Amino acid sequence: MRKLLLLSIVLFTGVVFVGRLFYLQVYDTSAAVQSENNAIKVVYDYPQRGHIYDRNNKLIVSNQPSYDLMAIPREIKPFDTLEFCKLLNIDKEKLVKELNRARVYSPRLPSVIVPTMSKKEYAYLGEQMRKYEGFYIQKRSLRDYQIDFGANFLGYIQEVNQSIIDANPYYQSGDLIGRQGVEQQYEDILRGVKGVKRFQKDRFNRIIGSYKNGILDTMPVAGNDLQLTIDAELQKYGEELMTNKRGGIIALDPSTGEILALVSAPNYDPALLVGRERSKNFTKMYYDSISEPLVDRVLLGQYPPGSPFKALTALIGLQENVIDTSERISCHGGYNYGGSKPLGCHHHASPLAMEGGIANSCNAYFATVYRRSIEKFKTPQEGIDNWKAHLKSFGLGDFLGYDLPIGRPGFIPNSEFYNRSYQYPKYRWYATATISNAIGQGEVSMTPIQMANFTAAIANRGHYYKPHIIKKIKGVDTIPTAYQQKQQTTIDPKYFEPVVEGMHGVYNYGTASTLKIPGIEICGKTGTAENYTRIDGKRVQLTDHSTFVAFAPKDNPKIAIAVFVENGYWGSRFGGRIASVMIEKYLKGNVTRKDLEQWVMTHSLEDEYAKPQSGKPFSINDGKKVVAKFLLEKEEDKVHKK
Amino acid sequence: MIGSSRNVRSFDWVIILLYLLLVGSGWINIYSASYDTDALAFFSTDNLFIKQLLFIIFGIGLIIFVLFLDAKFFERFSSIIYIVSLLSLLGLFVFGNTISGATSWYKFGSLGLQPSEFAKAATALALAKYLSDIQTNIKSIKDQIKAFVIIALPALIIIPQPDPGSALVYAAFFFPLYREGLAAAYLILGFSVVLLFVLTLLFGPIYVGAGALVIGIFLFVKNRKRRPSKRLYLGIVAACALFAFSVNYIFENVFEQRHRDRFNIVLGKEVDAKSIGYNTAQSEIAIGNGGWLGRGFLQGTQTKGKFVPEQHTDYIFSTVGEEWGFLGSTFVVLLFIGLILRIIQLSEKQKNDFSRIYGYGVAGILFVHFVVNVGMVLGLLPTVGIPLPFFSYGGSGLWGFTILLFIFVKLDGNRINEW
Repeated sequence: MRKLLLLSIVLFTGVVFVGRLFYLQVYDTSAAVQSENNAIKVVYDYPQRGHIYDRNNKLIVSNQPSYDLMAIPREIKPFDTLEFCKLLNIDKEKLVKELNRARVYSPRLPSVIVPTMSKKEYAYLGEQMRKYEGFYIQKRSLRDYQIDFGANFLGYIQEVNQSIIDANPYYQSGDLIGRQGVEQQYEDILRGVKGVKRFQKDRFNRIIGSYKNGILDTMPVAGNDLQLTIDAELQKYGEELMTNKRGGIIALDPSTGEILALVSAPNYDPALLVGRERSKNFTKMYYDSISEPLVDRVLLGQYPPGSPFKALTALIGLQENVIDTSERISCHGGYNYGGSKPLGCHHHASPLAMEGGIANSCNAYFATVYRRSIEKFKTPQEGIDNWKAHLKSFGLGDFLGYDLPIGRPGFIPNSEFYNRSYQYPKYRWYATATISNAIGQGEVSMTPIQMANFTAAIANRGHYYKPHIIKKIKGVDTIPTAYQQKQQTTIDPKYFEPVVEGMHGVYNYGTASTLKIPGIEICGKTGTAENYTRIDGKRVQLTDHSTFVAFAPKDNPKIAIAVFVENGYWGSRFGGRIASVMIEKYLKGNVTRKDLEQWVMTHSLEDEYAKPQSGKPFSINDGKKVVAKFLLEKEEDKVHKK
Repeated sequence: MIGSSRNVRSFDWVIILLYLLLVGSGWINIYSASYDTDALAFFSTDNLFIKQLLFIIFGIGLIIFVLFLDAKFFERFSSIIYIVSLLSLLGLFVFGNTISGATSWYKFGSLGLQPSEFAKAATALALAKYLSDIQTNIKSIKDQIKAFVIIALPALIIIPQPDPGSALVYAAFFFPLYREGLAAAYLILGFSVVLLFVLTLLFGPIYVGAGALVIGIFLFVKNRKRRPSKRLYLGIVAACALFAFSVNYIFENVFEQRHRDRFNIVLGKEVDAKSIGYNTAQSEIAIGNGGWLGRGFLQGTQTKGKFVPEQHTDYIFSTVGEEWGFLGSTFVVLLFIGLILRIIQLSEKQKNDFSRIYGYGVAGILFVHFVVNVGMVLGLLPTVGIPLPFFSYGGSGLWGFTILLFIFVKLDGNRINEW
């Protein structure tokens, strides 16, 4: 027994120690993380972000050095705060606040005190810096915009937030990432790959050498430059035309699907989101819920297309063999389909065949054609689904697949949708219930870029290429194959010619005959879309949206365009004028129809936009119709009470 | 004599092999812990690993010297060795040099000697000599006191240096005493004292006193048929309560804050990895960083960054943990366990009481060092600054343990001659 005491204690100790070692080294894995934090300093080497060029190789986005004033709180020696604040151009409270924040974050680690100072501010400060111990200047790279437009498709750069860091291990706190537009879409290409250097630290946080002799270190890979399909001149011109208006212009090259211009108005100067004023500017625009400058209306706005849709109705009618180009259909100021309210039409010659129907935008003609193409089938359900399949082949009712990070699918109803809304089979529904679709009203909606795309498909007589903004990745020299594949529509190419002729007629003798451009054969289609808003919870009609689609030249088209001006009244008023001069600008390089240009530039819609917000009764569509009667009554109440 | 092949074969080569493995792996880890990529030329004697290599070489000289001496020399001269050792400890009060707060060193040029490292062997010899004397009866209180005095004298001189860690090691002599027949009551008493101490720190004296009372009443009622003595039970309960309160008083009023902290960290009461608990936390991080197989030789990030204080001396085991992982650490633990068990096994084989008692002393001392040091590095025991035998950097420590161990090897090798 006495022999066993020490023996058993020794053995017991051995078991306890091995158990403890197992716990510390194998079971509990937290030490590896802690030791990494302890002993390894990771330094990143950020490559320069790729530049962005327009289709004519004009530099539009490059980089500029920017300077952050950094401080390591415990190394700060007493200094002349007044002088320093003057140099930095900030007030003392701000400096004190930032220094306290830095101290709370860490007394030993650097914190940003004044971010993103310009070169000029830095030059002023640079030689004085030695007076201020504990402060230093850190250089980093910011975007430098060579243009003051195009912010909607360029996007911007911002510091990553926690959710991005959690989702993508590449990013560390403080890294920059592209947001919106091209910057987000081609982030990986523009960004390059940051280099990593690992250093061994000692217990005083000093670097004592490279970690594992640098075998884990990587070199930075520079970002690639991008060439966009955007024509900077055209884009700039478009934005100028859209001054004081809301809406968008989207121009495509039908032969390739390249986006020539992507104007969303109102827009903003991309430089507003760079530098010290960035967050102030961003907040201001973010909370502007009335003009919404951060919303890209071309990609996100879903509107009823209005009359331009008639071209599609005609094409489907021809493909389904329910109409030919010679049949004339009469219009008696509208189309009466047995409902209580006929589908009205404006004054024009009657009866009309297809070409004239398109040129004069006759509602009765297209209601007839639409109805026939649905009723050709045994059930309206089959008819609608067939109709939808044709439209889908034009890229409608679904995401278009372009290379920008935002978008909407638009809406093309199918039989399921109508079955649900009419409670089929409890109640039955017929083609006439959906008759508004014939003229691009009713349930149909699409984004302006979808309108431009189907216009391009018509211009190409039956096919399109997915719209895209990437022309070339420098150093790679190819673009994603998705943008090189021809998308064929379900309409036979031979049916396009009469529709193209009709659209040509729009310019020749139809609804846009005043907008002719000498020397260019333009095909177009006007559109006027009713729209509504809510004021005090009541549905109120506003002045119609002016829409216009066009392509030119008629043969071998080089540009297809969709213009959309909110509350611009009728199609040729704003939309048509803008489309015409944009086409001329692109094809000729200069504008001869100065009268059109002048009219657009000098006409503001700001008064129109102020109406619903004014709280006062107002009239729409050039005073013909006074809306919001309840507002009028409210006004009267006030008078009475006085 | 060592020259004859019979004698060489009579030494226990298992111990010698374990010794060489321990010293060798110790040196590798000291190399890693003190290695600095570009600071010094490799062979500069400013490099600690070069110094340690010199200490090891000199240690081998000491081994040969010890093995050359006659086995009877140690028994015969044990009293003189003991007295010389005590004098060398006392001399520190006059001639001692202070290194990191403790006046435990004699300086000879650049070489420092720490007499407390040699006093352990001297005390082991003296105790073995006293207990193996035919006239000594360990059962008698008088002889027990004499034995305690032999053990306590060096410890009492060492405590005020101050070096309480080295003094603590003398508790190791409980093992040979118990082996030679010291009453089990001491064992129970010692165990109770430690248990009460820990419980008091954990739960406070009031609970411990109340607990003792409850258990006392329970046992009293349970054993009432045997007519237990009320006074005895009352006395034990009172003693427990008194002890608990005095422990509490001493802990709160006599101990300094740093001592209190050391206990609190281990008891999990206070964890502050940045200030008080820094050593323990860093040591655990370094060991944890090792994983199954370790970071590899010279690859320990914690070791390179010198995050663990005193990593080449008291915390050397954390280097093993980081660079050699669970496998390497377990191997080192097994080397120590193997060495201690081998010494116990050989001690039991000794025909001569002196050799057996001395062997138990050696095993006890090595064991206490091993437990206290590794327990501290693993965060199981409070921080007590004593080295890991054969591993930690330092000449005196290495030589002290070497002499301690090889006297036993010599005594054991002489077993056959005693026939």
